[in-house]
Amino acid sequence: MNFDGTATLFRKEVLRFWNVAFQTVAAPVLTSVMYMLIFGHVLDQRVEAFPGVGYTSFLLPGLVMMSVLQNAFANSSSSLIQSKVTGNIVFLLVTPLSHGAWFAAYIGAAMVRGLAVGAGVLAVTIWFAPLRLAEPWWILVFATLGAGMLGALGVIAGLWADRFDQLSAFQNFIIMPMTFLSGVFYSVHSLPGLWQAASHLNPFFYMIDGFRRGFFGVSDVSPLLSLAVVGVSFLVVAGIALRLLATGYKLRS
Amino acid sequence: MQTSHRTSSTAPVAVHFDEVSKVYQGARGSLRALDGVSFDIQQGEFFGLLGPNGAGKTTLISVLAGLARATGGRVTVMGHDVVSDYAAARKALGIVPQELVFDPFFSVIETLRIQSGYYGIRRNDAWIEELLAALGLSDKAHSNMRQLSGGMKRRVLVAQALVHRPPVIVLDEPTAGVDVELRQTLWAFISKLNREGHTVLLTTHYLEEAEALCGRIAMLKQGRVVALDSTSALLAGRASTMLRFKTDDALPAAIAAMARVTGRTVQAKAHDAAEVETMLATLRSSGVKVEDLEIGRADLEDVFLEIMQGGAAAEPAGVAA
Repeated sequence: MNFDGTATLFRKEVLRFWNVAFQTVAAPVLTSVMYMLIFGHVLDQRVEAFPGVGYTSFLLPGLVMMSVLQNAFANSSSSLIQSKVTGNIVFLLVTPLSHGAWFAAYIGAAMVRGLAVGAGVLAVTIWFAPLRLAEPWWILVFATLGAGMLGALGVIAGLWADRFDQLSAFQNFIIMPMTFLSGVFYSVHSLPGLWQAASHLNPFFYMIDGFRRGFFGVSDVSPLLSLAVVGVSFLVVAGIALRLLATGYKLRS
Repeated sequence: MQTSHRTSSTAPVAVHFDEVSKVYQGARGSLRALDGVSFDIQQGEFFGLLGPNGAGKTTLISVLAGLARATGGRVTVMGHDVVSDYAAARKALGIVPQELVFDPFFSVIETLRIQSGYYGIRRNDAWIEELLAALGLSDKAHSNMRQLSGGMKRRVLVAQALVHRPPVIVLDEPTAGVDVELRQTLWAFISKLNREGHTVLLTTHYLEEAEALCGRIAMLKQGRVVALDSTSALLAGRASTMLRFKTDDALPAAIAAMARVTGRTVQAKAHDAAEVETMLATLRSSGVKVEDLEIGRADLEDVFLEIMQGGAAAEPAGVAA
Protein backbone atom coordinates (compact mmCIF):
# COMPACT_ATOMS: atom_id res chain seq x y z
CA MET A 1 0.00 0.00 0.00
CA ASN A 2 1.15 3.54 -0.78
CA PHE A 3 1.36 4.76 2.84
CA ASP A 4 2.97 8.09 1.97
CA GLY A 5 0.27 8.74 -0.62
CA THR A 6 -2.50 7.83 1.80
CA ALA A 7 -0.96 10.02 4.50
CA THR A 8 -0.70 12.90 2.01
CA LEU A 9 -4.37 12.66 1.09
CA PHE A 10 -5.31 12.44 4.78
CA ARG A 11 -3.16 15.49 5.59
CA LYS A 12 -4.63 17.42 2.67
CA GLU A 13 -8.17 16.63 3.81
CA VAL A 14 -7.34 17.78 7.34
CA LEU A 15 -5.67 20.97 6.05
CA ARG A 16 -8.68 21.61 3.86
CA PHE A 17 -10.95 22.16 6.86
CA TRP A 18 -8.24 23.46 9.18
CA ASN A 19 -7.33 26.28 6.78
CA VAL A 20 -10.90 27.55 7.24
CA ALA A 21 -11.29 26.47 10.88
CA PHE A 22 -13.35 29.55 11.74
CA GLN A 23 -16.06 28.24 9.44
CA THR A 24 -15.58 24.50 9.94
CA VAL A 25 -14.80 24.27 13.67
CA ALA A 26 -15.66 27.53 15.46
CA ALA A 27 -19.07 28.00 13.79
CA PRO A 28 -20.50 24.59 14.77
CA VAL A 29 -19.17 25.07 18.32
CA LEU A 30 -21.05 28.37 18.52
CA THR A 31 -24.23 26.72 17.18
CA SER A 32 -24.06 24.06 19.88
CA VAL A 33 -23.53 26.68 22.57
CA MET A 34 -26.66 28.45 21.33
CA TYR A 35 -28.65 25.20 21.56
CA MET A 36 -27.41 24.67 25.07
CA LEU A 37 -28.10 28.18 26.26
CA ILE A 38 -31.63 28.23 24.86
CA PHE A 39 -32.83 24.68 25.60
CA GLY A 40 -30.87 24.47 28.83
CA HIS A 41 -32.29 27.73 30.13
CA VAL A 42 -35.88 26.87 29.22
CA LEU A 43 -35.95 23.23 30.31
CA ASP A 44 -33.37 22.83 33.07
CA GLN A 45 -35.85 23.21 35.92
CA ARG A 46 -38.67 21.28 34.21
CA VAL A 47 -37.11 18.10 32.89
CA GLU A 48 -35.10 15.39 34.63
CA ALA A 49 -34.06 12.92 31.93
CA PHE A 50 -32.17 10.54 34.21
CA PRO A 51 -32.56 10.31 38.01
CA GLY A 52 -30.38 12.99 39.61
CA VAL A 53 -29.21 14.38 36.26
CA GLY A 54 -30.33 17.92 35.36
CA TYR A 55 -31.50 18.67 31.82
CA THR A 56 -28.52 20.83 30.91
CA SER A 57 -26.13 18.09 32.04
CA PHE A 58 -28.17 15.55 30.07
CA LEU A 59 -28.23 17.75 26.98
CA LEU A 60 -24.50 18.45 26.91
CA PRO A 61 -23.20 15.01 25.77
CA GLY A 62 -25.99 14.84 23.21
CA LEU A 63 -24.90 18.14 21.69
CA VAL A 64 -21.27 17.03 21.67
CA MET A 65 -22.14 13.79 19.86
CA MET A 66 -24.47 15.56 17.44
CA SER A 67 -21.62 17.92 16.53
CA VAL A 68 -19.25 15.00 16.05
CA LEU A 69 -21.66 13.24 13.71
CA GLN A 70 -22.75 16.24 11.65
CA ASN A 71 -19.22 17.53 11.13
CA ALA A 72 -17.76 14.15 10.24
CA PHE A 73 -20.44 13.84 7.59
CA ALA A 74 -19.89 17.40 6.36
CA ASN A 75 -16.15 16.92 5.92
CA SER A 76 -16.06 13.95 3.59
CA SER A 77 -19.25 14.84 1.70
CA SER A 78 -18.35 18.49 1.05
CA SER A 79 -14.79 17.68 0.04
CA LEU A 80 -15.90 15.13 -2.54
CA ILE A 81 -18.70 17.21 -4.02
CA GLN A 82 -16.47 20.30 -4.26
CA SER A 83 -13.73 18.35 -5.99
CA LYS A 84 -16.25 16.81 -8.38
CA VAL A 85 -18.03 20.06 -9.21
CA THR A 86 -14.83 22.10 -9.65
CA GLY A 87 -13.17 19.24 -11.52
CA ASN A 88 -9.95 19.17 -9.51
CA ILE A 89 -10.69 15.57 -8.50
CA VAL A 90 -8.98 14.62 -11.78
CA PHE A 91 -5.61 15.16 -10.11
CA LEU A 92 -6.55 12.58 -7.50
CA LEU A 93 -8.05 10.13 -9.99
CA VAL A 94 -4.83 9.95 -12.04
CA THR A 95 -2.70 9.01 -9.02
CA PRO A 96 -1.79 5.44 -8.04
CA LEU A 97 -3.85 5.72 -4.82
CA SER A 98 -6.11 2.70 -4.29
CA HIS A 99 -9.76 2.88 -3.25
CA GLY A 100 -8.66 1.71 0.19
CA ALA A 101 -6.31 4.69 0.44
CA TRP A 102 -9.15 7.06 -0.53
CA PHE A 103 -11.39 5.47 2.08
CA ALA A 104 -8.80 5.63 4.87
CA ALA A 105 -7.89 9.26 4.12
CA TYR A 106 -11.42 10.62 3.72
CA ILE A 107 -12.82 8.76 6.74
CA GLY A 108 -9.74 9.58 8.84
CA ALA A 109 -9.98 13.30 8.11
CA ALA A 110 -13.75 13.25 8.71
CA MET A 111 -13.14 11.67 12.09
CA VAL A 112 -10.52 14.29 12.96
CA ARG A 113 -12.92 17.12 12.14
CA GLY A 114 -15.85 15.49 13.93
CA LEU A 115 -13.80 14.82 17.05
CA ALA A 116 -12.18 18.29 16.93
CA VAL A 117 -15.57 19.99 16.82
CA GLY A 118 -16.91 17.64 19.51
CA ALA A 119 -13.95 18.45 21.75
CA GLY A 120 -14.50 22.16 21.08
CA VAL A 121 -18.19 21.92 22.03
CA LEU A 122 -17.30 19.99 25.18
CA ALA A 123 -14.58 22.47 26.16
CA VAL A 124 -16.92 25.44 25.83
CA THR A 125 -20.11 23.96 27.29
CA ILE A 126 -18.66 21.96 30.17
CA TRP A 127 -18.68 25.12 32.30
CA PHE A 128 -22.46 25.39 32.11
CA ALA A 129 -23.41 22.18 33.94
CA PRO A 130 -21.86 19.50 36.17
CA LEU A 131 -20.62 16.51 34.20
CA ARG A 132 -19.07 13.21 35.33
CA LEU A 133 -16.98 10.70 33.48
CA ALA A 134 -18.59 7.53 34.81
CA GLU A 135 -17.43 5.13 32.08
CA PRO A 136 -15.11 7.16 29.82
CA TRP A 137 -14.23 4.26 27.51
CA TRP A 138 -17.73 4.38 26.06
CA ILE A 139 -17.19 8.05 25.21
CA LEU A 140 -14.13 7.18 23.13
CA VAL A 141 -15.68 4.11 21.53
CA PHE A 142 -18.93 5.74 20.43
CA ALA A 143 -17.36 9.07 19.39
CA THR A 144 -14.83 7.22 17.23
CA LEU A 145 -17.28 4.76 15.71
CA GLY A 146 -19.93 7.43 15.17
CA ALA A 147 -17.48 9.79 13.47
CA GLY A 148 -16.24 6.92 11.29
CA MET A 149 -19.75 5.91 10.29
CA LEU A 150 -20.81 9.44 9.41
CA GLY A 151 -17.53 9.98 7.56
CA ALA A 152 -18.33 6.90 5.47
CA LEU A 153 -21.90 8.09 4.98
CA GLY A 154 -20.45 11.42 3.81
CA VAL A 155 -18.33 9.57 1.24
CA ILE A 156 -21.47 7.85 -0.09
CA ALA A 157 -23.40 11.13 -0.24
CA GLY A 158 -20.48 12.99 -1.82
CA LEU A 159 -20.11 10.35 -4.51
CA TRP A 160 -23.84 10.12 -5.18
CA ALA A 161 -24.55 13.84 -5.38
CA ASP A 162 -23.86 15.60 -8.66
CA ARG A 163 -24.84 19.03 -7.38
CA PHE A 164 -24.64 20.92 -4.10
CA ASP A 165 -28.44 20.98 -3.72
CA GLN A 166 -28.55 17.17 -3.89
CA LEU A 167 -26.01 16.95 -1.10
CA SER A 168 -27.97 19.53 0.86
CA ALA A 169 -31.12 17.41 0.44
CA PHE A 170 -29.26 14.34 1.73
CA GLN A 171 -28.14 16.34 4.75
CA ASN A 172 -31.49 17.99 5.47
CA PHE A 173 -33.81 15.06 4.79
CA ILE A 174 -31.72 12.15 6.09
CA ILE A 175 -28.89 13.18 8.39
CA MET A 176 -30.64 16.02 10.22
CA PRO A 177 -33.89 14.15 11.08
CA MET A 178 -32.00 11.02 12.14
CA THR A 179 -29.78 13.14 14.39
CA PHE A 180 -32.57 15.19 15.93
CA LEU A 181 -34.78 12.11 16.47
CA SER A 182 -32.01 10.16 18.15
CA GLY A 183 -32.43 11.45 21.69
CA VAL A 184 -30.04 14.38 21.61
CA PHE A 185 -32.61 16.61 23.32
CA TYR A 186 -34.60 14.02 25.29
CA SER A 187 -34.57 10.52 26.70
CA VAL A 188 -36.53 8.13 24.52
CA HIS A 189 -38.24 6.87 27.69
CA SER A 190 -40.17 10.13 27.72
CA LEU A 191 -41.71 9.30 24.31
CA PRO A 192 -45.00 7.48 23.60
CA GLY A 193 -44.60 3.76 22.87
CA LEU A 194 -44.78 4.04 19.11
CA TRP A 195 -42.06 6.70 18.93
CA GLN A 196 -39.93 4.79 21.40
CA ALA A 197 -40.10 1.81 19.07
CA ALA A 198 -39.32 4.00 16.07
CA SER A 199 -36.31 5.48 17.85
CA HIS A 200 -34.91 2.00 18.35
CA LEU A 201 -34.75 1.60 14.58
CA ASN A 202 -32.49 4.64 14.31
CA PRO A 203 -28.78 3.78 14.62
CA PHE A 204 -28.04 7.36 15.64
CA PHE A 205 -30.03 6.73 18.85
CA TYR A 206 -27.55 4.02 19.88
CA MET A 207 -24.58 6.31 19.20
CA ILE A 208 -25.99 9.09 21.36
CA ASP A 209 -27.18 6.73 24.09
CA GLY A 210 -23.89 4.86 24.24
CA PHE A 211 -21.91 8.09 24.24
CA ARG A 212 -24.06 9.53 27.03
CA ARG A 213 -23.54 6.33 29.03
CA GLY A 214 -19.89 7.22 29.28
CA PHE A 215 -20.75 10.37 31.21
CA PHE A 216 -23.58 9.27 33.49
CA GLY A 217 -23.18 5.49 33.80
CA VAL A 218 -26.87 5.10 32.88
CA SER A 219 -28.49 4.76 29.48
CA ASP A 220 -31.79 3.94 27.81
CA VAL A 221 -30.44 0.63 26.46
CA SER A 222 -27.44 -1.57 27.26
CA PRO A 223 -24.18 -0.09 25.93
CA LEU A 224 -23.29 -3.51 24.56
CA LEU A 225 -26.44 -3.50 22.45
CA SER A 226 -25.57 0.03 21.30
CA LEU A 227 -22.04 -1.10 20.47
CA ALA A 228 -23.37 -4.02 18.43
CA VAL A 229 -25.84 -1.85 16.49
CA VAL A 230 -23.33 0.95 15.85
CA GLY A 231 -20.56 -1.51 14.98
CA VAL A 232 -22.70 -3.38 12.45
CA SER A 233 -24.02 -0.09 11.03
CA PHE A 234 -20.47 1.17 10.60
CA LEU A 235 -19.42 -2.02 8.83
CA VAL A 236 -22.40 -1.86 6.46
CA VAL A 237 -21.94 1.83 5.61
CA ALA A 238 -18.16 1.48 5.30
CA GLY A 239 -18.63 -1.56 3.06
CA ILE A 240 -20.93 0.38 0.74
CA ALA A 241 -18.53 3.35 0.63
CA LEU A 242 -15.58 1.07 -0.15
CA ARG A 243 -17.55 -0.69 -2.88
CA LEU A 244 -18.52 2.62 -4.51
CA LEU A 245 -14.92 3.82 -4.41
CA ALA A 246 -13.65 0.50 -5.81
CA THR A 247 -16.07 0.61 -8.74
CA GLY A 248 -15.37 4.30 -9.39
CA TYR A 249 -19.07 5.16 -8.95
CA LYS A 250 -19.64 8.58 -10.55
CA LEU A 251 -15.86 9.08 -10.61
CA ARG A 252 -14.65 7.03 -13.56
CA SER A 253 -16.91 6.78 -16.60
CA MET B 1 -12.48 -2.90 -41.39
CA GLN B 2 -10.00 -1.73 -38.80
CA THR B 3 -6.30 -2.08 -39.27
CA SER B 4 -3.78 -2.40 -36.49
CA HIS B 5 -1.20 0.30 -36.81
CA ARG B 6 2.31 -0.54 -35.72
CA THR B 7 5.45 1.41 -36.27
CA SER B 8 8.47 -0.30 -37.68
CA SER B 9 10.66 1.36 -35.09
CA THR B 10 12.51 -0.96 -32.74
CA ALA B 11 12.38 1.52 -29.85
CA PRO B 12 10.63 0.17 -26.75
CA VAL B 13 6.94 0.91 -26.57
CA ALA B 14 5.83 3.64 -24.15
CA VAL B 15 2.09 3.51 -24.81
CA HIS B 16 0.26 0.61 -26.42
CA PHE B 17 -3.37 0.84 -27.56
CA ASP B 18 -4.78 -2.50 -28.64
CA GLU B 19 -8.26 -2.58 -30.21
CA VAL B 20 -9.56 -0.06 -27.68
CA SER B 21 -13.27 0.60 -27.82
CA LYS B 22 -15.51 2.69 -25.62
CA VAL B 23 -19.30 2.81 -25.71
CA TYR B 24 -21.19 5.29 -23.56
CA GLN B 25 -24.69 4.18 -22.58
CA GLY B 26 -27.20 6.99 -22.23
CA ALA B 27 -30.93 7.48 -21.87
CA ARG B 28 -31.19 8.04 -25.62
CA GLY B 29 -29.16 5.04 -26.66
CA SER B 30 -25.48 4.29 -26.89
CA LEU B 31 -22.60 6.30 -28.30
CA ARG B 32 -19.51 4.56 -29.65
CA ALA B 33 -16.74 7.01 -28.80
CA LEU B 34 -13.83 4.68 -29.67
CA ASP B 35 -13.99 1.90 -32.20
CA GLY B 36 -11.05 -0.49 -32.27
CA VAL B 37 -8.22 2.01 -31.84
CA SER B 38 -4.80 0.39 -32.11
CA PHE B 39 -1.39 2.00 -32.28
CA ASP B 40 1.84 2.23 -30.33
CA ILE B 41 3.87 5.21 -29.21
CA GLN B 42 7.58 4.53 -28.89
CA GLN B 43 9.63 5.74 -25.95
CA GLY B 44 11.09 9.17 -26.61
CA GLU B 45 8.55 10.08 -29.30
CA PHE B 46 6.74 13.42 -29.56
CA PHE B 47 3.44 12.08 -30.79
CA GLY B 48 0.41 14.05 -31.95
CA LEU B 49 -3.19 12.89 -31.61
CA LEU B 50 -5.44 14.98 -33.83
CA GLY B 51 -9.08 15.00 -34.74
CA PRO B 52 -12.13 17.21 -34.81
CA ASN B 53 -14.29 17.75 -31.72
CA GLY B 54 -15.99 14.50 -30.76
CA ALA B 55 -13.46 12.34 -32.61
CA GLY B 56 -12.54 10.49 -29.40
CA LYS B 57 -9.21 12.10 -28.48
CA THR B 58 -10.12 12.98 -24.91
CA THR B 59 -11.91 9.65 -24.43
CA LEU B 60 -8.76 7.83 -25.53
CA ILE B 61 -6.66 9.87 -23.12
CA SER B 62 -9.22 9.26 -20.36
CA VAL B 63 -8.91 5.51 -20.90
CA LEU B 64 -5.13 5.85 -20.84
CA ALA B 65 -5.26 7.80 -17.56
CA GLY B 66 -7.83 5.56 -15.88
CA LEU B 67 -10.49 8.28 -15.88
CA ALA B 68 -12.66 6.11 -18.13
CA ARG B 69 -12.86 2.36 -18.55
CA ALA B 70 -12.57 0.89 -22.01
CA THR B 71 -15.47 -1.26 -23.16
CA GLY B 72 -12.99 -3.47 -24.98
CA GLY B 73 -9.31 -3.74 -25.77
CA ARG B 74 -6.21 -3.11 -23.74
CA VAL B 75 -3.93 -0.18 -22.94
CA THR B 76 -0.46 -0.30 -21.41
CA VAL B 77 1.91 2.42 -20.26
CA MET B 78 5.57 1.45 -20.12
CA GLY B 79 4.41 -2.17 -20.19
CA HIS B 80 1.93 -1.78 -17.32
CA ASP B 81 -1.74 -2.53 -17.98
CA VAL B 82 -3.82 0.52 -17.02
CA VAL B 83 -6.45 -1.69 -15.36
CA SER B 84 -4.72 -4.70 -13.83
CA ASP B 85 -1.50 -2.85 -12.97
CA TYR B 86 -2.95 0.64 -12.62
CA ALA B 87 -0.63 1.87 -9.87
CA ALA B 88 2.54 1.32 -11.93
CA ALA B 89 0.84 2.61 -15.09
CA ARG B 90 -0.27 5.84 -13.40
CA LYS B 91 3.16 6.42 -11.85
CA ALA B 92 4.56 6.37 -15.38
CA LEU B 93 2.02 8.89 -16.66
CA GLY B 94 1.63 12.65 -16.22
CA ILE B 95 -1.60 14.17 -17.51
CA VAL B 96 -2.22 17.85 -18.22
CA PRO B 97 -6.01 18.08 -18.39
CA GLN B 98 -7.91 20.24 -20.84
CA GLU B 99 -9.92 22.20 -18.25
CA LEU B 100 -8.45 24.75 -15.86
CA VAL B 101 -9.06 22.91 -12.60
CA PHE B 102 -7.55 23.74 -9.22
CA ASP B 103 -8.08 23.32 -5.49
CA PRO B 104 -8.92 26.75 -4.03
CA PHE B 105 -7.76 25.83 -0.52
CA PHE B 106 -4.04 25.70 -1.30
CA SER B 107 -1.12 27.73 -2.59
CA VAL B 108 0.89 26.75 -5.67
CA ILE B 109 3.69 25.11 -3.71
CA GLU B 110 1.25 23.32 -1.38
CA THR B 111 -0.60 22.02 -4.43
CA LEU B 112 2.62 20.63 -5.90
CA ARG B 113 3.83 19.10 -2.63
CA ILE B 114 0.45 17.41 -2.15
CA GLN B 115 0.45 16.10 -5.72
CA SER B 116 3.98 14.78 -5.22
CA GLY B 117 2.92 13.10 -1.98
CA TYR B 118 0.13 11.18 -3.73
CA TYR B 119 2.86 9.38 -5.66
CA GLY B 120 4.72 8.59 -2.47
CA ILE B 121 7.44 11.19 -3.10
CA ARG B 122 7.94 13.23 0.06
CA ARG B 123 11.19 15.15 -0.33
CA ASN B 124 10.73 16.63 -3.77
CA ASP B 125 11.35 20.34 -3.23
CA ALA B 126 14.41 20.50 -5.49
CA TRP B 127 12.43 19.23 -8.49
CA ILE B 128 9.40 21.34 -7.56
CA GLU B 129 11.56 24.47 -7.49
CA GLU B 130 13.04 23.50 -10.86
CA LEU B 131 9.55 23.10 -12.27
CA LEU B 132 8.44 26.45 -10.85
CA ALA B 133 11.48 28.18 -12.36
CA ALA B 134 11.12 26.49 -15.75
CA LEU B 135 7.46 27.45 -15.97
CA GLY B 136 7.94 31.00 -14.71
CA LEU B 137 6.06 30.35 -11.46
CA SER B 138 8.77 30.99 -8.86
CA ASP B 139 7.32 34.31 -7.73
CA LYS B 140 3.85 32.76 -7.43
CA ALA B 141 4.92 29.78 -5.30
CA HIS B 142 3.12 31.01 -2.19
CA SER B 143 0.12 32.55 -3.95
CA ASN B 144 -3.24 30.90 -3.51
CA MET B 145 -4.47 29.18 -6.67
CA ARG B 146 -7.52 31.46 -6.74
CA GLN B 147 -5.28 34.51 -7.14
CA LEU B 148 -3.63 33.30 -10.35
CA SER B 149 -4.57 34.30 -13.88
CA GLY B 150 -5.77 31.67 -16.33
CA GLY B 151 -2.33 31.38 -17.91
CA MET B 152 -0.65 30.94 -14.53
CA LYS B 153 -3.17 28.30 -13.53
CA ARG B 154 -2.39 26.47 -16.78
CA ARG B 155 1.30 26.48 -15.86
CA VAL B 156 0.48 24.96 -12.47
CA LEU B 157 -1.48 22.19 -14.22
CA VAL B 158 1.62 21.39 -16.24
CA ALA B 159 3.78 21.40 -13.09
CA GLN B 160 1.29 19.11 -11.33
CA ALA B 161 1.45 16.63 -14.18
CA LEU B 162 5.26 16.59 -14.09
CA VAL B 163 5.82 16.65 -10.33
CA HIS B 164 6.49 12.90 -10.11
CA ARG B 165 8.84 12.92 -13.16
CA PRO B 166 6.69 10.64 -15.32
CA PRO B 167 8.40 9.08 -18.36
CA VAL B 168 5.20 9.62 -20.39
CA ILE B 169 3.61 13.07 -20.55
CA VAL B 170 0.11 13.61 -21.96
CA LEU B 171 -0.93 17.12 -22.91
CA ASP B 172 -4.62 17.45 -23.70
CA GLU B 173 -4.97 20.74 -25.59
CA PRO B 174 -2.56 22.52 -23.24
CA THR B 175 -2.43 25.78 -25.18
CA ALA B 176 -6.16 26.33 -25.63
CA GLY B 177 -6.80 30.00 -24.89
CA VAL B 178 -3.33 30.84 -23.60
CA ASP B 179 -1.02 33.65 -24.65
CA VAL B 180 2.04 33.47 -26.88
CA GLU B 181 4.50 33.80 -24.00
CA LEU B 182 3.11 30.78 -22.21
CA ARG B 183 3.05 28.76 -25.39
CA GLN B 184 6.69 29.47 -26.01
CA THR B 185 7.65 28.76 -22.38
CA LEU B 186 5.63 25.57 -22.37
CA TRP B 187 6.93 24.22 -25.66
CA ALA B 188 10.53 25.05 -24.82
CA PHE B 189 10.19 23.14 -21.56
CA ILE B 190 8.29 20.17 -23.01
CA SER B 191 10.76 19.94 -25.91
CA LYS B 192 13.62 19.88 -23.42
CA LEU B 193 11.94 17.04 -21.50
CA ASN B 194 11.39 15.20 -24.80
CA ARG B 195 15.07 15.58 -25.70
CA GLU B 196 15.90 14.13 -22.28
CA GLY B 197 13.91 11.01 -23.16
CA HIS B 198 10.37 11.69 -21.99
CA THR B 199 7.63 10.48 -24.31
CA VAL B 200 5.08 13.16 -25.16
CA LEU B 201 1.52 12.62 -26.37
CA LEU B 202 -0.10 15.86 -27.50
CA THR B 203 -3.64 16.61 -28.55
CA THR B 204 -4.25 20.05 -29.97
CA HIS B 205 -6.43 21.97 -32.36
CA TYR B 206 -3.44 24.17 -33.24
CA LEU B 207 -2.15 22.17 -36.17
CA GLU B 208 0.87 24.38 -36.73
CA GLU B 209 2.02 23.36 -33.24
CA ALA B 210 1.53 19.69 -34.03
CA GLU B 211 3.39 20.09 -37.33
CA ALA B 212 6.30 21.84 -35.65
CA LEU B 213 6.58 19.55 -32.62
CA CYS B 214 5.35 16.06 -33.42
CA GLY B 215 7.47 13.46 -35.17
CA ARG B 216 4.48 11.22 -35.71
CA ILE B 217 0.77 11.85 -35.83
CA ALA B 218 -2.42 9.83 -35.54
CA MET B 219 -5.70 11.28 -36.71
CA LEU B 220 -8.99 10.14 -35.24
CA LYS B 221 -12.39 10.49 -36.80
CA GLN B 222 -15.58 9.16 -35.24
CA GLY B 223 -13.56 7.05 -32.82
CA ARG B 224 -11.37 5.38 -35.44
CA VAL B 225 -7.82 5.95 -36.64
CA VAL B 226 -7.96 7.38 -40.15
CA ALA B 227 -4.30 8.37 -40.47
CA LEU B 228 -1.12 7.29 -38.74
CA ASP B 229 2.28 8.27 -40.04
CA SER B 230 5.29 10.49 -39.55
CA THR B 231 4.48 14.16 -39.91
CA SER B 232 6.74 14.48 -42.93
CA ALA B 233 5.17 11.48 -44.65
CA LEU B 234 1.68 12.84 -44.04
CA LEU B 235 2.69 16.17 -45.57
CA ALA B 236 4.45 14.58 -48.52
CA GLY B 237 1.74 12.07 -49.28
CA ARG B 238 -1.05 14.57 -49.76
CA ALA B 239 -1.68 17.57 -52.00
CA SER B 240 1.76 19.05 -52.32
CA THR B 241 0.95 22.55 -53.57
CA MET B 242 -1.44 25.18 -52.29
CA LEU B 243 -2.54 28.29 -54.12
CA ARG B 244 -3.38 31.05 -51.63
CA PHE B 245 -4.78 34.50 -52.34
CA LYS B 246 -7.19 37.12 -51.03
CA THR B 247 -10.20 38.44 -52.88
CA ASP B 248 -13.46 40.29 -52.37
CA ASP B 249 -15.02 38.85 -55.54
CA ALA B 250 -17.19 35.79 -55.99
CA LEU B 251 -15.19 32.73 -56.97
CA PRO B 252 -15.90 30.83 -60.19
CA ALA B 253 -17.82 27.63 -59.47
CA ALA B 254 -14.93 25.34 -60.45
CA ILE B 255 -12.66 26.90 -57.84
CA ALA B 256 -15.32 27.51 -55.20
CA ALA B 257 -16.11 23.79 -55.19
CA MET B 258 -12.57 22.83 -54.21
CA ALA B 259 -11.33 25.86 -52.26
CA ARG B 260 -11.23 26.55 -48.52
CA VAL B 261 -12.36 30.11 -47.83
CA THR B 262 -11.58 31.88 -44.54
CA GLY B 263 -12.84 35.46 -44.65
CA ARG B 264 -11.12 36.99 -47.68
CA THR B 265 -8.49 34.28 -47.83
CA VAL B 266 -8.87 31.51 -50.38
CA GLN B 267 -6.80 28.32 -50.37
CA ALA B 268 -7.00 25.73 -53.13
CA LYS B 269 -4.90 22.62 -53.55
CA ALA B 270 -3.08 21.80 -56.75
CA HIS B 271 -1.14 18.68 -57.60
CA ASP B 272 1.21 20.27 -60.13
CA ALA B 273 2.18 23.50 -61.90
CA ALA B 274 -0.26 22.90 -64.77
CA GLU B 275 -3.15 22.74 -62.32
CA VAL B 276 -1.99 26.03 -60.77
CA GLU B 277 -1.88 27.65 -64.21
CA THR B 278 -5.39 26.36 -64.99
CA MET B 279 -6.73 27.88 -61.78
CA LEU B 280 -5.07 31.22 -62.42
CA ALA B 281 -6.48 31.27 -65.95
CA THR B 282 -9.95 30.53 -64.60
CA LEU B 283 -9.65 33.41 -62.12
CA ARG B 284 -8.43 35.78 -64.84
CA SER B 285 -11.18 34.85 -67.24
CA SER B 286 -13.79 35.29 -64.51
CA GLY B 287 -12.51 38.78 -63.70
CA VAL B 288 -11.64 37.94 -60.11
CA LYS B 289 -9.21 40.44 -58.62
CA VAL B 290 -6.70 38.67 -56.39
CA GLU B 291 -4.26 40.07 -53.83
CA ASP B 292 -1.31 38.57 -51.94
CA LEU B 293 -1.11 35.62 -54.30
CA GLU B 294 1.31 32.92 -53.20
CA ILE B 295 2.04 29.34 -54.07
CA GLY B 296 3.32 27.15 -51.25
CA ARG B 297 3.42 23.62 -50.00
CA ALA B 298 0.47 22.13 -48.18
CA ASP B 299 0.64 22.37 -44.40
CA LEU B 300 -0.77 20.00 -41.79
CA GLU B 301 -4.06 21.87 -41.72
CA ASP B 302 -4.53 21.15 -45.43
CA VAL B 303 -3.69 17.49 -44.89
CA PHE B 304 -5.97 17.33 -41.85
CA LEU B 305 -8.92 18.80 -43.74
CA GLU B 306 -8.34 16.57 -46.71
CA ILE B 307 -8.32 13.48 -44.52
CA MET B 308 -11.29 14.57 -42.45
CA GLN B 309 -13.31 15.44 -45.53
CA GLY B 310 -12.71 11.94 -46.82
CA GLY B 311 -15.01 9.02 -46.00
CA ALA B 312 -15.62 8.17 -42.37
CA ALA B 313 -13.07 5.81 -40.94
CA ALA B 314 -11.28 5.38 -44.22
CA GLU B 315 -8.19 3.25 -44.46
CA PRO B 316 -5.30 4.96 -42.69
CA ALA B 317 -3.17 7.36 -44.67
CA GLY B 318 -0.07 5.55 -43.56
CA VAL B 319 0.91 2.76 -41.27
CA ALA B 320 4.60 3.19 -40.71
CA ALA B 321 7.01 5.86 -39.62
